[in-house]
Amino acid sequence: MDNLSVEHLTGIKDLTKEDIQLIFQTADSFKQVINRPIKKVPSLRDITIANLFFENSTRTRLSFELAEKRLSADVINFSAASSSVKKGETLIDTVNNILSMKVDLVVMRHPNPGAAKFLSERVNAKVVNAGDGTHEHPTQALLDAYSIRERLGSVEGKKVVIVGDILHSRVALSNIYCLQKLGAEVMVCGPTTLIPKYIHELGVKVEHNLRKALEWCDVANMLRIQLERQDIKFFPSLREYSMQFGLTKEILDSLDKEIIVMHPGPINRGVEITSDVADSKQSIILQQVENGVAVRMAVIYLLASKIERQ
Amino acid sequence: MEKQVILNSRHFELTLNRLCYQLIETHNDFSDSILIGLQPRGIHVVTRLKEQLERILEKEIVCGNLDITFYRDDFRRRERPIIPSVTNIDFSIENKNIILVDDVLYTGRTIRSGLDALMAFGRPAKVELLTFVDRRFKRDLPIQADYVGKTVDTLRSERVSVEWEEIEGEDKIVLYSPEING
Repeated sequence: MDNLSVEHLTGIKDLTKEDIQLIFQTADSFKQVINRPIKKVPSLRDITIANLFFENSTRTRLSFELAEKRLSADVINFSAASSSVKKGETLIDTVNNILSMKVDLVVMRHPNPGAAKFLSERVNAKVVNAGDGTHEHPTQALLDAYSIRERLGSVEGKKVVIVGDILHSRVALSNIYCLQKLGAEVMVCGPTTLIPKYIHELGVKVEHNLRKALEWCDVANMLRIQLERQDIKFFPSLREYSMQFGLTKEILDSLDKEIIVMHPGPINRGVEITSDVADSKQSIILQQVENGVAVRMAVIYLLASKIERQ
Repeated sequence: MEKQVILNSRHFELTLNRLCYQLIETHNDFSDSILIGLQPRGIHVVTRLKEQLERILEKEIVCGNLDITFYRDDFRRRERPIIPSVTNIDFSIENKNIILVDDVLYTGRTIRSGLDALMAFGRPAKVELLTFVDRRFKRDLPIQADYVGKTVDTLRSERVSVEWEEIEGEDKIVLYSPEING
């Protein structure tokens, strides 16, 4: 196994376990590279990448851009806020216009679920999904699993609970697919209103009591409440949510084991996680960010190796 | 493939020994010199040289491994991407004398990538090249070795392999030639 089985990264659902392991193995090497005095390799000198962000992002866009630049690719950035999308252009037209400038690979974030897959079937470039609405966010799931592997040695057999707004979270869905493919057990935890009705059919456990969930798990991945995607009220108040599902130092210290705390960011300190937990030694939040660059370098490198030469 | 041993284990040992003394001639006590093996097969040469040099000089020799995968010039020209190996350079190479070590010098492209990869770690005072086998007259680039174990004349269709006791069971250099039919 030395090549990805897919032509695009639209979701973790399409990847095999071997694909994920190949990405991790490649990311190990890139992690070494980004800790050198010169953090750049010349592999993608002749590749041009467009980062198309139709939805706001700070961390993911910076992480992708850095990953691309460290592979020596040429990078162009596009954000919907300042573009012709506001003037009524369709997605395919926008992208094809950009592709006619000889772009080889597109990294796209879009508010509509399935946008990356839609694009990958219609344009002549490799597509990496950087988040499509409430559907998938594959590179986040890869870097989360990679960070667990780094900290615990492996993902297989580990128990991971994903806490929070599962209903609106693309990170949750991608994480479930990724962790299960690698042999971990997954539980979701949150208020009834924020847990999708049929999620147990994916083979995940459902728990509504944070303490019980934490007692069960090795790793807790705390998600942000996505207020911007909630058009109705799903719980009475943030304060109440925080009291029931917020991770505090008191709960963490009262467990009879040391669990690992993760968060995909951005953190709302004092809501889903308190400051002292976020900054504790059990938290690997900043390692996740560092690993994000290495994992994205691996994904882009492996997909770029499939781009045909002209 | 037809197989022919071109260096047996006795001569293999002698050659390694000779290379060590040649290195000592230039690098004295190795106080500012470092051996760096190119992944994947150059590292075995380094392991042996290090053993011998340490026995002769009675001091520790600094060694590292260098993976050149991301610096290769044939990315997207192969069917499949190459799986990278580990790089292990946890010391400064700034102002040091570096001896790049590989098992077989053929087109010179690996060494070119190796030089690029090495410079990402700093600016060495001097870089030399040691190869256990030199397939001469087959270079694509103007690169020559400073220390050579064995020089061989080969065809493009042939393959030269340095085999090690700890991996293949016996120290030897083998030449593989395509069988000529009829």
